[in-house]
This record gives sequence, C-alpha cells and structure tokens, in this order.
Amino acid sequence: MTDAVITADHGDETNAESAQRAIEEKTYGFWLWLMSDAIIFALLFAIFVAMARNTADGSTHTLFLLPRIFAETMLLLASSATFGFASVAISAGQRRRAIVWLGMTSISGLSFVVMEISELYGMAIANAGPWQSGFLSGFFALIGTHGAHVSFGLVWIVLLGCEIALRGLTPIAASRLYRLGLFWHFLVIVWINIFSFIYLPRLL
Amino acid sequence: MLGKLTIDALPFYSGVAMAGALTVVCGALGVVAIITWLGRWRFLWSEWLTSLDHKKIGIMYVILALIMLVRGVVDALMIRTQQAFAFEPHGYLPPDHFNQIFTSHATIMMFFVAMPFVLGLFSIVIPQQIGARRVAFPFMNSAGLWLTVSGATLVMISLVVGRFSTAYWTAYPPQSGMQFSPDVGVDYWIWAVLLSSVGSILAGICFLVTIVKRRAPGMRLMMMPLFTWTALCASILIIFAYPSLIVAAALLGLDRHLGTQFFAGSDGVLNYISLFWIWGHPHVYILILPACGIYSEVVATFSGRRLFGYKSLVYSMVAITGLSLVVWLHHFYTIGSGVDVNAFFGRAAPLIAVPTIVTIVCWSLTIYLGQVKFSVPMLFTLGFIVTFLVGGITGFLFAVIPPSIHDTTFRVAHFHNLLIPGALFGYFAGYQYWFPKAFGFRLEEKWGRRAFWCWIVGFCLAFMPLYILGFMGMPQRLNRSDVADWQPYLIVAQAGVLFIVCGVTFLAIQIGVSIRDRKTLAASSNDPWNGRTLEWATASPPATYNFAAVPHVQGIDPWWTLKQAGTLDHRSARFHDIIMPGKSSAGIMLGAMSFVFAFAMIWQIWWLAAAGGLGIFAAVLSQTFHDHAGQRIPASEVEAIESRRGVSPALGREART
Repeated sequence: MTDAVITADHGDETNAESAQRAIEEKTYGFWLWLMSDAIIFALLFAIFVAMARNTADGSTHTLFLLPRIFAETMLLLASSATFGFASVAISAGQRRRAIVWLGMTSISGLSFVVMEISELYGMAIANAGPWQSGFLSGFFALIGTHGAHVSFGLVWIVLLGCEIALRGLTPIAASRLYRLGLFWHFLVIVWINIFSFIYLPRLL
Repeated sequence: MLGKLTIDALPFYSGVAMAGALTVVCGALGVVAIITWLGRWRFLWSEWLTSLDHKKIGIMYVILALIMLVRGVVDALMIRTQQAFAFEPHGYLPPDHFNQIFTSHATIMMFFVAMPFVLGLFSIVIPQQIGARRVAFPFMNSAGLWLTVSGATLVMISLVVGRFSTAYWTAYPPQSGMQFSPDVGVDYWIWAVLLSSVGSILAGICFLVTIVKRRAPGMRLMMMPLFTWTALCASILIIFAYPSLIVAAALLGLDRHLGTQFFAGSDGVLNYISLFWIWGHPHVYILILPACGIYSEVVATFSGRRLFGYKSLVYSMVAITGLSLVVWLHHFYTIGSGVDVNAFFGRAAPLIAVPTIVTIVCWSLTIYLGQVKFSVPMLFTLGFIVTFLVGGITGFLFAVIPPSIHDTTFRVAHFHNLLIPGALFGYFAGYQYWFPKAFGFRLEEKWGRRAFWCWIVGFCLAFMPLYILGFMGMPQRLNRSDVADWQPYLIVAQAGVLFIVCGVTFLAIQIGVSIRDRKTLAASSNDPWNGRTLEWATASPPATYNFAAVPHVQGIDPWWTLKQAGTLDHRSARFHDIIMPGKSSAGIMLGAMSFVFAFAMIWQIWWLAAAGGLGIFAAVLSQTFHDHAGQRIPASEVEAIESRRGVSPALGREART
C-alpha cells in the first residue's frame, strides 16, 4: 500500500505535472534574474548621480528637448499598455488578437528605440558625446543600457510572436510571454525613473 | 583582416614567457593527442561535454579548478622566487612580466580555481543533499560551466597570444586605463571576468531555484544540511554582487576604448574601487561560506554526532551573508573616504567576528562531544580551525588600528590566511569527502595526509613571514627590494611555497594511486564515512536520476535517522518511469562562441566578433524553443539499475512507517 503513496507523490510525475513545475521554476528564476538586472541599473543610476556635476563646464539644460522626451515616454507607456492587452488576449486564448497586440507593442517599442538612437546620435555629433564629460558618460551608459534592453526585448517579441503564430498558444508559450511581459514592464519602470531623475530636473 | 593581431603578439620578449607559452601549447596538444590516440572523442562529446547531468557538470567544474590550481601555484612559485632573490640585482623576471604573473595568479585563483571549485561541489552535491533528481535548470548549469571554461581559456591563451594585464587583479584605474596599459592585457582581464561573471550568475540562479523549489517532501528550510544552507546564502550573494563586477569591468572597457570619463580623476577612481569591492567583499563570502558548509558536514560526520548548535550555525551563516553586503569599504580605508564613512564601515566590519566565533564554537563543541575519526577531510578541517583564528584576528586589526599595515605584505598574508585555510582547505576537505560519492571509490589516505601536512606547513611558512614583513613596512607587490633585513623572511616564504608545490604534487599522486588501487578502495563506497545526509543514500556513483524513489524527510540528518531505524533492506516493490534531462550541445557551443566573440573583441577583429555574436545568438536560440520534456527512463531500466545495487533503501516508505 505504501508504494501507492510513493506513486502519487513523486515516483511518477506526469508530463503535465512536470511541465507545470518547470513553468513555476522558470518564472521564479526569471524574477531572480530581473533582480540581478535591476542592480545593474541601480548601479548605473548611482554612477550617474556621482557624475552629475562633472559637466566639463557645459550646460546640461540645453541638451534635451521636452517634446522629444515626452514622445519617447508616451511611446513606451503605450507599448506597456498594448502588451497588457496582449496578455489579456493570451489568457483568453485568442491567438490572433494576441499577435496583433504584440505587433502594436513592437511597433511602438521600435519607434522608441529609433527616437532614442537619433537622440544619442544627435548629441554625439553636436559635441555632446559620451567622451565629453563624466555627466555625459553616465547619461549615455544609462540610456544605452536601457535602449539595448528594449532592443533585446523587441527581438524577443518577434520570436515569441512567430512561435505562437506557428505552434499555437501552448501553455509553455504562454508562460514565455508572461516572462517577456515581466521584462517589458520592468523596462518601462526603469524608464520612468530615467525620465524623473535624469531628464525632468534638467528640463524644468 | 586580423585587427591588432600581428606576429608580434607572440611572447618573444622573454625566455621565461616563451617557455610558459610552449608549456601551454604542448599541454593542450598533448591532451588532444592522447584523446585521439585513445579514440575517445565521441565518448567525451556525448557522455561529458554535452551532458546535462548535474554530477558530470560538477565533476568538470572541479577538473577545471584543479587544472587552473596548478597554473596558479606555478605563478605563486614564480612570484616568491623573484621576491626571494631580487635583492639588489633584478632577479630573473623583468618588472612587466612579474606584474603579469602577479595579476594572473590572483585572477586565476579567484575566478578559475575558487569559483569553479565551489560551483562544482554545489553541482555534484546539492541536488543529492536535498533529495532531488536534478537541478532546476540543467541547461543553465551547463552554460555556466562553459562560460567559466571560456573565461579560463582566455587567461591561458593570453600566455601565448599577446600578454596579460599588469594592473593587478583589481585593475584599478588609472593603471588599467589606456594611458598606462595600452596593450591588450587589461582587455583579456575584462573579458575573462565578464564571461565568468555571467556564468556565475547563471549558476547562482540555477542553484537558488533548485534549493528553494526542489527539496524533498518534508524537508523544511530548517532541516536542510549546512552545506545546502551555505549554498543558498552564496547563491543569493552571487545574484546580488556579481552585477557590480559586470558594471565595473564593462565601464572600464568603455573608458579604455570609447574614451568615456567614468573613472577619470580621483572621484572616478573612487567610483571604480567602490563598484569593484561592492562585488569583491561579498565574493570573499561566496568563497568562504560554502567552505564553512563543508566543514560543518565533515565535523558532524567524522565526530559521529549531530552538529552542536545547528540553528546557531544557520543563523550565523545568514548573519554573515547580510553583513558581507555592507562592509566593502574596509578594503580601502586608506583612500580617504572621510571620517563618517570610515567610521560606519569600521564598526560594521568587526561585527562579522561575532557570527564567525559562534560557528567556530559550534564546530569545536561538536568535535569535543563526539568521537573523532582523523581522516583526511577532518585534518583539513582542524587545520582550518587553528589557522583561521589567526586570519580572523589579523582582520580585526585591519578594522581597528591605524593604517600603517594597510597596503603592506601584512594584507597579503591576511587574505591568503582567509582564502587558503578558509576556502581552499574547505574545498579540499569536500573533494576528499565527496570523491567516493562521485566516483565510487575513496581517495587513498596516506598520500592525502602527506598532501595535508605539506599544505599546512607550506601555508604557515609562506605567510607568517609576510605578517612580520608587513610590520617591518614592506609594501605589497614589490618586484625587487633593496632592504637587506627583509630578505631572510622572503627566503622562508619561498621555502613555504615549495612545500605547497609538494602538496599539489601529492594530491596528483593521490589520484594516481587511488585509481590504481580503486578495487580495494571501493569497499563500502556507497556510504564510506557513515554519513548523515541524503547524498549518502544514493548509489556511488549515483544513477542519473539519483533517487529511484524520492525520499520523505522528517528532520535534520535524515539518512542517519533512517539507518538508525534499520529500514534499509526494504526494496521498493514497484518502480516507475523517470524523466530526466537529455543532452544538449548548446552549452558548450555557447561557451565556444563566447570565447570567439571575446577574443575577437580583444584584438578588434570585427568580422570575427560579428560571427561570434551570431554564434552566441544561435546557441541560445536553439535552446530557447526546445520544448522537450527530456529523456524517459523506463521503469524496467530503473529496476535493473537498482537491483544491481546491494542495498536499495526504500526511502519513500519512511513517511508511512
């Protein structure tokens, strides 16, 4: 009789059980990785603050344009919202709708990255490149790291979009999209901090 | 076409460097030749290099650590020889070459001996200790290994192609900047550190999730073996601390190649030093805590009793983990951070002595109350307890007394005192203790004892004189000196390192002798030490799945309890299919492509870097969309494997009886 207990417990984990368990573990592991990544951003913020006064006598108030920064912020916030709609569609099992929303997310994400690159490029050719001062080094590192993360997220959205288009909305694909969602919203939170602590004090 | 890489990159500048390069090349070619001659490439590839079995990955980690230990000890021998004889005349090493050896010794010992040793022991032991069949993320475990291997390969290849950093293992700017280190040495350092850091974070996440999510039913946190506890603490520290090293190394690279201003000027230098030690101090505990875990297992097993003060030990480990994150500034008191800042860190640092003393007392009382068997793991443990006290006390001196001993050889002696007895002896104890678990036969005792005595005598001879020299004012890292009073002490230290070389040799002989006598040493290898924790419930070497029936745990030392209850001879009447992870070549491809990418970035061979980058992407992608459940091992095969074991403990029954 005791063997039956073993069976029910662990002797024979069914495929569904072990798949469910793998999803839980991956989500937990992904949170840990996000924490590790958050520390990288925190340290870059700290470096930026420590460097904020090393401006090599340049003015920091003329560097940024409010409309551009506002547009970037809106694009990223919109992408967060569209990703939310995609998540709703996924949990409702609506594959086509999920793909449309993911497409919207990647379009606004891509526009954000393009605007970010053009901003950094414009600064670099206007004598405000990362080598000019400690302030600019810290700024470029932070924005560049964030932009690289968003670009990585874009590649990931495209890949997962292809996956559900080709293979359907399997539970494992849904869990991948869930983790991608964590990543995407995390990047929006980082951007809110960049907007509040880096741009706003120099725009107001 | 080849970027900065020209024929001048070969080490023609010194005969000694040329000899080193030839040794590396011949060693590598020799290994390739032997494997080809034996015709074992296919076996090696399919059974080991692509394996996702945590035990095999762990064994490969430890092999890497032992190979790199030999390189690190040879570096140490060269450093000591130079310092012993470089009085007035220059010794045999030019300053630039001496500094390369100095840097590579520490870089190798930290990143490619200590870390792989720790992670390897985690990988072999942790799943078995918690009653799990596998780690949570087998591919990440493999990726972590191969990234570490490619980092180590970068350091080794720097002997042959180009040169290594001369900016010491801490790579402080401005010395590590373009102005003072224009060659590729610092770039080698940066990429080796980056690759191994990413590997370590992957491993840290893998083990933390494994411990949290895969413990056997019934095993609550306060029932986990001490080694598992320290693995949990170390994994948390890895996840939190390593990002700081990644940031420091990456920004240093940007400063060097893009001309950014992160570490320019005195503020910038301070930023680098803070970033480095925000990682560096927890890193000390990432290395020492697992050793403390090993000592705890060894002390309990060889004293034949439950650990005295299990809870106190756990709380101490957790307290050390927390404190280790807030004391980093004590690595650079003398830099002038201001009175308040120094005062905070100067009070926080000695606090670590409190939990440390608790652990020492617990181990001592376990030994005092038990009946001790002086096997090799126990010798290393006792050697640690005695010498570590000296290391602890000298650390205390750093925290409280004026700075005259800072940046002298006193500091060199102090941190070797913590990292040789505190960490390395622990890994040796664990290596001797778990070797029969991994391979099915014990290591030979006589050569183990000889190795131990060489190590401890060598350690004392090599580093006690450095304490004295520190008080006499000898700065660290001198490549030559003109003070006659120092020389006798340096010669004693040189004798010490010769003992350590003997210690390494004896460890090698021990492996040879043990393989020769493996039949006699295999006796009772399933549980050779009368162990207490669950890893001794599996076969030695364990089946792929470790446990045919998953154990139920009701307290600490579950295997001991089970043996006392005498329920060992029950056989599990029915076996079931077990799903295990299969193989994957993505891990080794990721490591290889990362190596190509890093090497190309160092030498600025852009087309190769692009190829390497694509290769990394492809390796990760091939794994990402792999929805395999793994390999199913049919119940009949499990039964066949289990019936080949003499005793098949029906651990699953315990919950019911």
